[in-house]
Amino acid sequence: MKPFQLVPRTQQSLAAQLLVPVVSIILTLVAGSVMFMLLGKSPPAAFYAFFIEPLTTRYGIGEVLLKMGPLLLIAQGLAIGFRAQVWNIGAEGQLLLGAIVSGAIALQFETSDSAWLLPSMVVGGTLAGAAWAAIAAWLRTSFNANEILVTFMLSSVALQLLYYLVSGPLRDPMGMSFPQSAMFGDAALFEPLVSGTRVNTSLYLALAVTIVAWIFVQRSIPGYKLLVSGLAPQAARYAGFSENRAVWLGLLIGGAAAGMAGVGEVAGPLGLLQRNISPGYGFAAIIVAFLGGLHPIGILFAAFFMALIYVGGDMSLVSVGLPNASTTIFQGMLLVFYLACYLFVNYRLQRRSKKQLISASSGREGSTQ
Amino acid sequence: MIDSLTFLLAGTLAAATPLIFAAMGELVVEKSGVLNLSIEGLMATGAATGFVVATVTGSAVAGFTAAAFASMLLSFVFAALTLGFLANQVAAGLAVGILGLGTSVLIGKQYEGATIKPIANIDLGFLSDLPIIGKTLFGQDPMVYVGIASVVLITWVLNRTKLGLIIRAVGESPKAANSIGYPVILVRFCAIAFGGAMAGIGGAHLTLSYTPLWAEGLVAGRGWIVVALVVFGTWKAPRIALGAYLFGAVSLLELFVQGQGFAIPSQLMSAMPYIITIIILAIISRDARIIKLNHPASLGVPYTSGE
Repeated sequence: MKPFQLVPRTQQSLAAQLLVPVVSIILTLVAGSVMFMLLGKSPPAAFYAFFIEPLTTRYGIGEVLLKMGPLLLIAQGLAIGFRAQVWNIGAEGQLLLGAIVSGAIALQFETSDSAWLLPSMVVGGTLAGAAWAAIAAWLRTSFNANEILVTFMLSSVALQLLYYLVSGPLRDPMGMSFPQSAMFGDAALFEPLVSGTRVNTSLYLALAVTIVAWIFVQRSIPGYKLLVSGLAPQAARYAGFSENRAVWLGLLIGGAAAGMAGVGEVAGPLGLLQRNISPGYGFAAIIVAFLGGLHPIGILFAAFFMALIYVGGDMSLVSVGLPNASTTIFQGMLLVFYLACYLFVNYRLQRRSKKQLISASSGREGSTQ
Repeated sequence: MIDSLTFLLAGTLAAATPLIFAAMGELVVEKSGVLNLSIEGLMATGAATGFVVATVTGSAVAGFTAAAFASMLLSFVFAALTLGFLANQVAAGLAVGILGLGTSVLIGKQYEGATIKPIANIDLGFLSDLPIIGKTLFGQDPMVYVGIASVVLITWVLNRTKLGLIIRAVGESPKAANSIGYPVILVRFCAIAFGGAMAGIGGAHLTLSYTPLWAEGLVAGRGWIVVALVVFGTWKAPRIALGAYLFGAVSLLELFVQGQGFAIPSQLMSAMPYIITIIILAIISRDARIIKLNHPASLGVPYTSGE
């Protein structure tokens, strides 16, 4: 008999919940160092380039904050669905729809200098993201179609839609047939936040959504109903909380947040529509949501760390020649370690008493005699 | 006309083969009660490993073997998370999937965009020279036939053997299976390992025969279509294979339409496999009874022996 056993926790342990993400980050760093060594790079140098260097310059910090915005936004939206066991893994496509629709608005009113242009782009993009997710919600509630598969497939469709638009209807007529749109007018762009960096005022949107998410999750009745339908579907049904409502709400919120993030990209660092809009923010945000413990405040920290991985990956590609796959591998390892450690949120290790061990072993002897 | 028809029919079988291998693996995993969503990453790892090993050794057999092992190793991470650490299977599948995509890029880094001589098609003399059916049925590469054989074998094992009975028992009711002495965790572990190896072989067929080259992102969502195929086929091997051929045909149609110069945007044709997946998924899932009847009862639920 093993000297330890796993015992389900009878009450939540805050310490375990806080320790799990920290330990999984440490384990990721250790495993990452091993990977650096296997690639023939000195771990301290690679480590410095990946995780420290981005934070040593104003530009670097700006880049981290710039990438934190969309991750934070999308993860807040996804986490609300995940808590209700609604698996939206197609945020990437919902982001693209937000980018496409807000981009189309910007191009339609290219010469406008109205202060209403940017807000209407934000509203249009947000609604477009929600509408794209609504397809999955409708297919799930009316046709019982699995939302994991549908949201993923829809993100592939969204990518092709973007490719079609930037090489056809929305292509810049003066652009020498490059697959991209014309540049947006100034009124269609977010203001820079700090000079010398690319971070812009769309970060405020992400922070505002974080506060709204916190109020929704912690203080509102619909938020509570969603949580219950995830934790105890049977109980939720008895209490009369509709499962279909949870699916709709979870997907619409996730889609809206992702759509808004898409606006932030095209009206922020890009300033036009092109084939590459997101470096996989929609997928990385899934990891952010988990790493943040599906909690609005935890997600804030997780989004910062994930943004650091993105920027560190880009910078170390240049400075120490790490392969660009490092970012993806770090993301995967982070979620793997998080899920492994998460066991200790629900269970604790208990040392078996001497008595138990002795009685178990004597019991075994007894049976062999 | 005959040429086009031969191209479509013969190509359909070849295009469907990667999906068939991966889907037969996923079927066994799901029958044992585990939902493995990491197929995309497992296929990518197999595709890159198979390509690199076959290029270096010059042996396609070595390529397929290495691909099976590499993807199986990666599926052990998934097994550890879901069986050992009782992690949510959806999240664990995503995690290992992302890890696999990253690993594939790292493995294939030196070979990005490189091509390889595809494995040779079999030649049965006059049989292979018959119009249309010759190339379709008697002139494919050997792995196409291995894929078909795997469908027959899996059907037989799952429905007619004791091993199949044990796998299904574990998937339907792990508690009951455990109480009559079947090792639930071990059965699920072996199923996951098998599923990993099959996804690796499927991925390697992409790079060693179908494309035949390595490029980042070459699996292009096929791993997710595989998961959908298992639902379409309502967890029955022959129907899943039929679904795979349908998708083979759809992806071939894309090349065909472009070749004929039809005025359909190429992006619409590229999106077609995903759109069709969504539509069929909705049609099949619509009848909740069919899904309920065929879907392994414990699918996706972590199992604890509770000592």
